[in-house]
Amino acid sequence: MNRIVNLFQNSDKSSGGESSAGLTRPGLLNVYFTAGFPELNDTLRVLQALQEGGADLVEIGMPYSDPVADGETIQQSNDRALENGMSVRILFDQLQGMRETVSVPVLLMGYINPVLQYGIESFCAKCAEVGVDGLILPDMPMDVYLDEYKSIFDAHGLLNIFLVTPQTSEKRIRQIDEVSAGFIYTVSSASVTGSKSGVSGDMEAYFERLDAMNLRNPRLIGFGIKDHDTFVRASNHAAGAIIGSAFIRVLQESTDLENDIKSFVRSVKSSSEAIPA
Amino acid sequence: MESIAEKKSYQVNDRGYYGTFGGAFIPEMLYPNVEELRENYLKVIEDPSFQKEYSDLLRDYVGRPTPLYRANRLSEKYKTNIYLKREDLCHTGAHKVNNTIGQILMAQRLGKKRIVAETGAGQHGVATATVCALMNLECTVYMGEIDIERQAPNVARMKMLGAEVRPASSGSRTLKDATNEAMRHWINNPVDTHYIIGSVVGPHPYPDMVARFQSVISEEIRAQLNAHTGKETPDYVIACVGGGSNAAGTFYHFLDDEDVKLVAVEAAGLGLTSGHSAATVALGKPGVLHGSRTILMQTEDGQVVEPFSISAGLDYPGIGPQHAWLAASGRGTFLSATDDEAVQAAFELTRLEGIIPALESSHALAILGRLGASENETVVLTLSGRGDKDMGTYMKHID
Repeated sequence: MNRIVNLFQNSDKSSGGESSAGLTRPGLLNVYFTAGFPELNDTLRVLQALQEGGADLVEIGMPYSDPVADGETIQQSNDRALENGMSVRILFDQLQGMRETVSVPVLLMGYINPVLQYGIESFCAKCAEVGVDGLILPDMPMDVYLDEYKSIFDAHGLLNIFLVTPQTSEKRIRQIDEVSAGFIYTVSSASVTGSKSGVSGDMEAYFERLDAMNLRNPRLIGFGIKDHDTFVRASNHAAGAIIGSAFIRVLQESTDLENDIKSFVRSVKSSSEAIPA
Repeated sequence: MESIAEKKSYQVNDRGYYGTFGGAFIPEMLYPNVEELRENYLKVIEDPSFQKEYSDLLRDYVGRPTPLYRANRLSEKYKTNIYLKREDLCHTGAHKVNNTIGQILMAQRLGKKRIVAETGAGQHGVATATVCALMNLECTVYMGEIDIERQAPNVARMKMLGAEVRPASSGSRTLKDATNEAMRHWINNPVDTHYIIGSVVGPHPYPDMVARFQSVISEEIRAQLNAHTGKETPDYVIACVGGGSNAAGTFYHFLDDEDVKLVAVEAAGLGLTSGHSAATVALGKPGVLHGSRTILMQTEDGQVVEPFSISAGLDYPGIGPQHAWLAASGRGTFLSATDDEAVQAAFELTRLEGIIPALESSHALAILGRLGASENETVVLTLSGRGDKDMGTYMKHID
C-alpha cells in the first residue's frame, strides 16, 4: 500500500476529531525542502535528518527557474540549487537506494515543465523505482491530469496531491476531494509561499468551514506554518501541517546541518501535549 | 469582434487550446481569478454597451483608425509595395493601448478595484498606467531592473501617470521576471485585483482575449488596403513577435485566408547561435511557461533560458500559444533579426520615410530584404510602436 495512505490510516486511530477536551492531538508534520540545497549533494542528508528528527512525511522540491507560486525564500533556494547544478536527472540519481534508510513517505513537489521535459511516463517510472509515493505539481491542471496523466500515475502507484485555497469554491473543493487520494494540501491564505506568517482568526474560520464539509480525504495545512505554536494551531483543524520556507531558512543559516535539522523538527513537534484552546 | 460561432480553425477551441498549445497551467491560487475571467470574458466583450464604450474610446481617445500608409521610398528600395500600419500613432505610442482599454473596461465590469501589470519595454506599462488614470484605478506595474535602466523615459511616464513601478530583481531581471512578479502579486491579492497581461501569453482566456482586443489592427488593415488598392487581402503581413500581441492583432482577420503569408519576426539578439538570443521558435521546444503550453527557450532539464535582445519588448523566452500553433502547423513563417539588423532597419526607415520606429518594430522592418516579395505583390507591415523610448540606444549609433 502507498506509504502516504498508510500513514494517514494509522494516524486516524489517534486523530479522528477528539480534540474537544482542549487537548491537542499530535498532528502529522510534513516538511518541504529544495533538492540540491544548500549544497548539491545534501539532498539525502537532509531527508535522513528530517526522518530522524521526527518528520512524518517529506516533500522534496525540484528546483525551477520560474517558481511563480513561491515567495523569496524558496525562490532563493531554487536559484541556489540550480546554480549547484541540480536537475531532475541528478535528483533521481541521489534518491537511488533511498529506501534502504528512509521509511517516511516522500513526495516530489515542483512545476510541471521540468517533468514534461523528462517525460511523464519515464518520470513516473523513475519515481516508483526510487520509492517516491506522491507528487505535488501545482501548475498541472486537473483536467489535464485526469485526461492524460492519472492512468500513468496510478500504474506507478503515485498519488497526486491537489491544493485548495480560501478562494476555492465549495463545488471545486468537492471535485478535488473526489479525485484526490492521500491528502489535500490546504493553503492557509491567499499568498505565495513564505509571505505571511502565523495562523489568523480568518484562517481558522476557513479551516472550520473545511472541517464541516466532512471530506473523504485528510488535510494538511501549509503556508504560514513556521514553529511549534503555528504547527499546533493548524493541526487542531487538520491532520497536520506543512513547513516550507521556515525550514529553508534553517538550512540557509545552518552550520551543523544534521543537528540543526533534528533540533528544528523536534522543536516544532515537541511539548505538543497541550496548548490552551 | 468575432462571436464564438464564427471561430476559425486557428482560433482557440472551447477548451482553451490552439492545436496542442494553450490551456491554463496555473496553481490553484490563481484558479478562481482565471476561472472568473474565463466564464465572463466573452459575455462582456459581446455586450453591446461594452462594444460601444470600447470602440468610442479607440476612436476618440486612442485615435483610431490608425493610418495605413504606403511607404513609397521604402517600397522603391525593396521593389515591392509596402504599407505600414501606423500603430506608432496610437495614444501612448504603441499598439499596447488597444488591449489595455479593453481590459480596463473588463476589469470594471468584473468589479475590480486594482490593476497589476508587467512590462518589458514599458509600452504596456505606460498603456496600463494611462487607462488606470483615465478610469481612476490603482495601478502597480512590475518591470525588470535591467529594463528600468534601459527604458527610463517610460518609467518616468508611468510614475507621472500615478502608477507604482516595482522592480523585478529575480532571474534575468527582464520581462519574464516581471511577469513572474505580477503573477505572484495577483496570487497575493486575489479578490479585488485584475491582472492586465500585455501580450497574447498567459493562461486561457488571456491569449484569446488580448488577441481579440488587438484584432482591430487587421480589421482596419483589410478595409484600408481595399480603399487604397481595391485588393481584398495583401500577399504578406509582417509583425515583430516577443509574446506576440501586435502580430496576433495583425494576423487575426487573415488567419483563414491561406494565400496571405503571415510573417512573424523574432529577436535573434546577438545571433541565433550566440547564446544571447530571444528567438523562441528558432531555439525553443514545447513546454509550459506562464500558464500555457507553448514553445519556450529551455534547457534539457526544462529550466527556462534567460533571453537576450536589444529590444526590451521582445526580450522574452516564450511566445503566445496561438503563435506556437501557427509555427507548428506551418501556417505562419517565423524569421528572426539580430540586434544590429534591427538598428540598421530603424535608421533606414527614419532616413527614407521620416518615421523613427521602436526597436521592436525595427525587427519586422529588418527582414524586408529577405522576404522575396515581387513588384506586383503587396506587403503590410505593422509598425507597432514609435522610437522615442529607444533614443538612448539609437544615439549610440549616430556618427
